Amino acid sequence: MLRKLFNFHGGVKPATHKEESTLSPIAPVPLPDRLVIPLHQSVGGHPRPLVQPGDRVFKGQRIGAADGSLSSAVHASTSGLVRDVVPAVMPHTSGLTTLSVIIEPDGDDRWGELERVNFRSTPPDELRDFLRDAGIVGLGGAVFPSHLKLKPGKEGALQTLVINGAECEPFITCDDMLMRERAGDMLKGIIAMRHMLQAREVLIGIEDNKPQAIAAVQAAIAASGETGIEAVAIPTRYPAGGAKQLIRVLTGIEVPHGRRSTDFGVQCFNVGTAYSIFEALERGRPLISRIVTVAGNVDAPRNYEVLIGTPMDHVVRLAGARAGTDRYIMGGPMMGARMPAFDVPVVKATNCILVGSPALFPPPPPEMPCIRCGECAKACPADLAPFEMYWHSRAKNFGKAQEYHLFDCIECGCCSFVCPSHIPLVDYFRFSKSEIWAREREKEAADTARDRFEFKNFRQEREKQEKAEKLAAKAAATREKVGADGSAAGAAAASSGTAPAKPSGDDAKRALIEAAMEKARQQKAQVQPKNTDAATPAVQAEIAAIEARRQVSATHPTDAPPDRPPSSGA
Amino acid sequence: MINSPFVRKPASVQSVMLQVLLALVPGIAAYAWFFGPGILVQIALATAAALAGEAAVLAIRGKPVALFLGDLSAIVTAWLIALTFPPIAPWWLTVTGTLLAIVIVKQLYGGLGQNPFNPAMAAFCLMIVAYPALMSQWPAAGQLDAGTQLELIFGGARQIDAITGATPLDALRTALRGAADPASTLHGLRAAQLMDGPAFGLIGGHGGEWVALGYLLGGLWLLQRRIITWHIPLAFCAALFAAAGLLWALKPEGFASPLFHLASGGAMLGAFFILTDPVSGATTARGKLLFAAGAAVLTYVIRVFGAYPDGIAFATLLMNICVPLIDMKTQAPVFGHKKD
Amino acid sequence: MLTAILIMTGIALVLGAVLGFASIKFKVEGDPLVDQIDAILPQTQCGQCGFPGCRPYATAIAGGEAEINQCPPGGEEGIRKLADLLGREFKPLSEEHGVEKPKAVAVIDEETCIGCTLCIQACPVDAIVGAAKQMHTIIAADCTGCELCLAPCPVDCISMEPIAETVDTWKWRYPVFTIKQAA
Repeated sequence: MLRKLFNFHGGVKPATHKEESTLSPIAPVPLPDRLVIPLHQSVGGHPRPLVQPGDRVFKGQRIGAADGSLSSAVHASTSGLVRDVVPAVMPHTSGLTTLSVIIEPDGDDRWGELERVNFRSTPPDELRDFLRDAGIVGLGGAVFPSHLKLKPGKEGALQTLVINGAECEPFITCDDMLMRERAGDMLKGIIAMRHMLQAREVLIGIEDNKPQAIAAVQAAIAASGETGIEAVAIPTRYPAGGAKQLIRVLTGIEVPHGRRSTDFGVQCFNVGTAYSIFEALERGRPLISRIVTVAGNVDAPRNYEVLIGTPMDHVVRLAGARAGTDRYIMGGPMMGARMPAFDVPVVKATNCILVGSPALFPPPPPEMPCIRCGECAKACPADLAPFEMYWHSRAKNFGKAQEYHLFDCIECGCCSFVCPSHIPLVDYFRFSKSEIWAREREKEAADTARDRFEFKNFRQEREKQEKAEKLAAKAAATREKVGADGSAAGAAAASSGTAPAKPSGDDAKRALIEAAMEKARQQKAQVQPKNTDAATPAVQAEIAAIEARRQVSATHPTDAPPDRPPSSGA
Repeated sequence: MINSPFVRKPASVQSVMLQVLLALVPGIAAYAWFFGPGILVQIALATAAALAGEAAVLAIRGKPVALFLGDLSAIVTAWLIALTFPPIAPWWLTVTGTLLAIVIVKQLYGGLGQNPFNPAMAAFCLMIVAYPALMSQWPAAGQLDAGTQLELIFGGARQIDAITGATPLDALRTALRGAADPASTLHGLRAAQLMDGPAFGLIGGHGGEWVALGYLLGGLWLLQRRIITWHIPLAFCAALFAAAGLLWALKPEGFASPLFHLASGGAMLGAFFILTDPVSGATTARGKLLFAAGAAVLTYVIRVFGAYPDGIAFATLLMNICVPLIDMKTQAPVFGHKKD
Repeated sequence: MLTAILIMTGIALVLGAVLGFASIKFKVEGDPLVDQIDAILPQTQCGQCGFPGCRPYATAIAGGEAEINQCPPGGEEGIRKLADLLGREFKPLSEEHGVEKPKAVAVIDEETCIGCTLCIQACPVDAIVGAAKQMHTIIAADCTGCELCLAPCPVDCISMEPIAETVDTWKWRYPVFTIKQAA
């Protein structure tokens, strides 16, 4: 049966360059001299390190614990010695560092004890925790912790589970090769996910330029005997592999920015994620390796099974980097990130190491003014008007850029790809987005500071007022007392017919002062009850010593404080 | 530093403009064939003036001259000016108009991509207001030989009122006004009878209709090359046809047929080459329809009830003013926010 | 003549009434100026402007008693925004009020702190926790970097540390124009 497919707006058809790297099967990579495993590899919090320099770790040992629920664990990719836990350059365009565990492999590649889980008999919550601790994240590039997405929607069941095998980016073939070689295992992962999500149907979307992968997956489905799972060939058009675009193509549903796809009865996972879920559940292996395409300016483009933390240049050496290599790109040529160095580690998000050279990826011709030709709008898969967003981003008019739905932009690069004026449109959008985020952070900080400042002022005011009120109340009480006495005396004097008393104001004041002094005297005389009475003699002595010191400092207020030795016991 | 995407489609402003120029060639060929080589001289004059003016301003503004001259946008403007001005306009008129378009209307607003008005149309309007007589002298097809044309362009004395008439549009309007005037000799004649002269061809002006066909062919080629979209040409033609058809249907003896309006004057040039200028035109799909339809109605109104030979130029400028509003109000819903 | 005058007067009256009605009917409740200025100020509450906090400074600017270039933490960008809002001319930051510095947070050297609470009292946003004779510490997330705690500390145990850029705060740069390079 031919399934009805839907269309998404725009898209482009860059040269795919996929054949080169699919000629040979997935190859293993020899152990490198050292592995650099960043602790922060997924969206969400920064996992805390569980190992210290000098520790011995076995393969698959958890070295970073998930920080909160919006995070995922990190594991040692091989057995060896933890050399260091230090900030190291991460595979990110910024070139910034992040806390990483540096492991020197011992060459044994020894697994620890592996814990398997039967997904049918385990409660869903436990399964999710298991996957979190196995470090399972989305391998399509977004590295979102998978356990967070494996919750059925509000109705308790999902209509469609979409499995993303589209792989629309040029050069990348890791998902293609995975489906060709490991379709059966991947399908077991899909079945587990379907069970967790209670999904009615499963659609595996694969671009029609991968007939072998489609055939392999279809054969695996037939062999499994499962019903309601279908491998669907979709037209090859970038970015059909974007989650939103693929959901649209397969189901006709458009998931708006900022909404969960489960609200629409759909959830989407990458084929690689499905395979790693299979590995975790049925083999007990956490996510410590992934398939990486090495392509571009190399002699033999190929896919490798790479341990997380392997330096990129170690892998590229196997494929033979050609002369002229000037950069590595993590990902494809449309959305990939330029790497700050050649020896940055392969991480869970690394689907491809694209070796670049000026000949392969020449610098764009000079940027010309926008002529509003609308080519970018025609190519935009999110139905945006990039030239309007560009106009406002260039002028740093961020509010206006947001009015044109800047945050619906998925940064797929189609607009920059087609622009006849060679404007790096996506760069402007990235710039605007990060500027807006920074401003929001600043504004939030400013608002908090304003609130706290205002509260402090309010608190001080209140304390002052409370003090004043207390004083006034006390004064009033005393005055009343004194006044009562005074008036009684006055009345007595008047009745006795003696000379009239002095102006009662003076009298009252004096009485007030006397009353206060009397009270102070009483207070002094009174033994103040302390909560230290029950303390041991030793503590009592210490308190006495501190009291004494305080009295000393009180009697010598001119003592320069820094001269005092720091209080020892406190 | 270069960031993704690292690959690009081989497209450039230069190739877009070059294709527009190529698409104008059939129309220009028909023009030269029917009306003589004067138009080619005008094109050369306008091109030279445009390049010189653009280069001078770019140099003053400190912009890379070769890069921006190479985008060919100035030449497109120059050709449109030459094609809309009378082919026998004196050389200084064409040159002044072109310089006004390039220096004032384009570069003073910030150069390529920044001008709110179509430079060629703004130049036409400025010149027709400044020199109404010179801008209204149009020879009929085959009326003037090459020598006379050159003499008119470069010579000083112009006593040609006797031999040059108005455009068919102008002529028809004057005649129709005469037909409505009881004092006129033409009183009582119907539009079809008035159009039975040598100035008129099968459906439009004699010769002019073939030029329009040339523009149409070039325009269709641009459509096929995806340089322009169908929205503006279709909306313009449909709206002009509808506006003309309505009055024609109500009073056929008093108004020309809609086909005549489509085939005359600058209708085809406007539909495919002038209104489709992306810089000064609307950019959203619905906006383009509105923009072009508005321009068509304005063109018709100016043609029939105004005093100028054609209405395209003024209609274009008037609609250019509305473009920011049109674009703002016709933004298409984005992904996920559509109402199905 | 008289009719003309009457007609013109009538039109003027009607239009005036319409305008007056519209101005009441469609009145836009804008933020009071002080709030708008306060929203631009960085809320560091450092007092470098010579006023006890951002809001008093905002009030002073609105009242025309202070210049717009007295806020070092707001920096040049802040001055530009104020100039835009108030329609005044941009001026460089006044030097007597300080210099623009990268954002920083105060850090207490916990070995040296004697627990005197002076910094706690000085902190305008209550971002220091501690009690008498107990070591104090700074809630980095709430610290505005105002430096007001530096002076009161009797043992000089507070220092300012610039905030390091992380991958979460890293920003994409403004794309560089290549037109001029190509020339």
